[in-house]
Amino acid sequence: MRARSRTSRRVVVLAAAVSLGAGLLAGCADDGDDNASGDPSASSGGGGGKGQTTISLGLFGTQGFKQAGLYTEYEKLHPEIKIQENVVERNENYYPALLNHLTTNAGLMDVQAIEVGNIAEIVATQADKFVDIGKAEGVVKSNWLDWKWAQSTTKDGKTIALGTDVGPTGICYRKDLFQAAGLPTDREQVSQLWAGDWKKVISVGERYKSKAPSGTYFMDSPGGLFNSIMGSEEQKYYDKDGEVIYKSNPKVRAAFDIAGEAAQKGLVQPVTQFQTGWDQSIANNKFAAVTCPPWMLGYLKDKSKPEAVGKWDVAQAPKAGNWGGTFLGVPKASKHVKEAEALVTWLTQPAQLAKLFAVQGSVPSTPAAYTLPQVTAGKNDMTGDAPIGQIFTQAAKNIPVQPIGPKDQIIQQGMTDNGVFLVTKGKSIQEAWDNATKTIDNNLDK
Amino acid sequence: MASHDTAAPPSKGGAAPGRPAPGQPSEAEQRRRARLSRRWQRDIKWSPYAFVSPFFLLFLAFGLFPLVYTGWASLHQVELTAPTDMKWVGLRNYTRIFDDDFFWNAAKNTLTIGIISTVPQLLMALGIAHILNYRLRASTFYRVVILAPYATSIAAAALVFVLLFGHDYGMINWGLDLVGLGPVDWQNDKWSSQIAVSTIIIWRWTGYNALIYLAAMQAIPNDLYESAALDGASRWQQFIHVTLPSLRPTILFTVVVSTIGASQVFGEPLLFDPNTGASGGGEHQYQTLGLYLYEQGWVNQHLGRASAIAWTMFLILIVIGIVNYVISRRLRSSSGS
Repeated sequence: MRARSRTSRRVVVLAAAVSLGAGLLAGCADDGDDNASGDPSASSGGGGGKGQTTISLGLFGTQGFKQAGLYTEYEKLHPEIKIQENVVERNENYYPALLNHLTTNAGLMDVQAIEVGNIAEIVATQADKFVDIGKAEGVVKSNWLDWKWAQSTTKDGKTIALGTDVGPTGICYRKDLFQAAGLPTDREQVSQLWAGDWKKVISVGERYKSKAPSGTYFMDSPGGLFNSIMGSEEQKYYDKDGEVIYKSNPKVRAAFDIAGEAAQKGLVQPVTQFQTGWDQSIANNKFAAVTCPPWMLGYLKDKSKPEAVGKWDVAQAPKAGNWGGTFLGVPKASKHVKEAEALVTWLTQPAQLAKLFAVQGSVPSTPAAYTLPQVTAGKNDMTGDAPIGQIFTQAAKNIPVQPIGPKDQIIQQGMTDNGVFLVTKGKSIQEAWDNATKTIDNNLDK
Repeated sequence: MASHDTAAPPSKGGAAPGRPAPGQPSEAEQRRRARLSRRWQRDIKWSPYAFVSPFFLLFLAFGLFPLVYTGWASLHQVELTAPTDMKWVGLRNYTRIFDDDFFWNAAKNTLTIGIISTVPQLLMALGIAHILNYRLRASTFYRVVILAPYATSIAAAALVFVLLFGHDYGMINWGLDLVGLGPVDWQNDKWSSQIAVSTIIIWRWTGYNALIYLAAMQAIPNDLYESAALDGASRWQQFIHVTLPSLRPTILFTVVVSTIGASQVFGEPLLFDPNTGASGGGEHQYQTLGLYLYEQGWVNQHLGRASAIAWTMFLILIVIGIVNYVISRRLRSSSGS
């Protein structure tokens, strides 16, 4: 009997082991299934079950295609297509994953969005992983702003992605604070205060400071000011041949000096953009002006108390610049290259981008859209009846063609967070510059 | 499964005496038994390896391979954007570390943050454990509460601390203002930022160490305290002369674990200033080695440099480990005599 019970115990143990093993295997199989259903490109053609083709989009943030009803519209036009988007909230998380997928050629969606800050690096290092969408059927190069088209095009003329929106900058200002400080509040007059020259921002700031409500600053941050100046220059950190010139380009040092002077004179808040302290200062109405691309209005609304709605207005920046904007590309690894190309081509047509503007406020990268009613009639809660469609599209036309390099973001962050920001902490402009350039050189050194 | 039903235990070596054999088994039966016996022996011999293999396979894939690959990558110039495109540079990534101000700055910060977080942390843990060791009502409740910070995610904790340490609207500066002290710029000055980062570490780990101490304290025989009390020792004297010596091995353990933890500090400083992130503040004032490694590898995408930093950190850790080992051996032998 004892022998018998030993046998049965063995059986039980074995059964347990086998079922555990089977469970593990089943677990793996489940994962596989999950992947397949989560990544429709893997289940080629079978996505909808009715012979439909599912096109997947990899996006970051809120691009607004869905919110503007563009997917539904496209699916109605093309019943055989089903669209599925896969959104990662922040580009900081989206971009490294995209790079990983591109270098390993796995896990890619049929359409991948690329942020303007990363486009140069993608063009320089990953161009062979994308189809030349510039040659896709129905793509008209002249639709796009020249510089936007150039940004996603390689030296030998291959366009790897089509632009959706651009970030033309104006200056958003609080009408109530400007009035309290004795500055004009009409947007034409405000634009005149600094027209053509960023240095004038300092003198306007000094005027503001002399009569300003206590505890408020003229502008939001030294880094924001520096970035907007650089966004409006013909050249920033790289020259046309892709050489790093940030130290030798006099425009960089000039912008650094202007932002540094503003910091020394206490005209800008001693905070960094998109940090908690900055967010809190929006909620508490601590600054009177901020450089703003249209998407900034959405951000201001998010962080403001309800009573701030309608108190803002938008003036033209001293010189128009660009801040933000997205591209859509089709990786060669896509299982439905043709269909994906067709979708991207349709999504980036002026008519669609205008609809996007109406919902999302993102300015189309195709000037043909600027005369469409959705854009010309564009308004925003924060700025009341200001015709932001007209203001921002006018700025968009004046944005300079600016070569951007693969490490623009690293240089920019070094300049602001490790540089001009330190001036607000009592460093001299030269000390801040030295700290910034040392940091940047170390970060660029391979 | 069916085949295993027939796998009878071998007659010899089994716990049960074999069934009385009714005469000689047939030849077929003998062959069958021999086969089963061979299978049994193979089972005995190889099964244990199969059972331990999952750990080692995982270790090979996720431990050893990355270690070797990082070592290989550290000898090359290689970027995260093209990890297969390697250019041999020999030891250049290592030699440049010697005059890399940022590396040594990070090393110094790691050391100072390590000291100002570990020392108070362990002292406080000892004190808390001593208090919890008294007879308390609802002692389980206090123990759970003490461990709660350890269970919080670093991200959540850091977020709250960032708000507390805020310059303009932070609660700590508000409190300082109430008592008439000026506001402290917690994020941007060297010492204040390091203290703030250490606070997050201390908050998270004190309870964890306190519980370890508490467990060790409860293993100290009560007779020792009783006889000490009979001899007229006060509570404090009991703590110094009975508790502390008995805790020595435990304290050594926590010191070693905390030192290793401190040399790898990463999450707290990374999240302390979400915007400057990996650069550890505008002047790298609280950039630790972990952060510097992350900055080189994942922000600047210099995989080769990051690998070299990782290996250098690894070597430093080994040195620290050896020093710890030597010290603890000294202490143990002195306590043994």
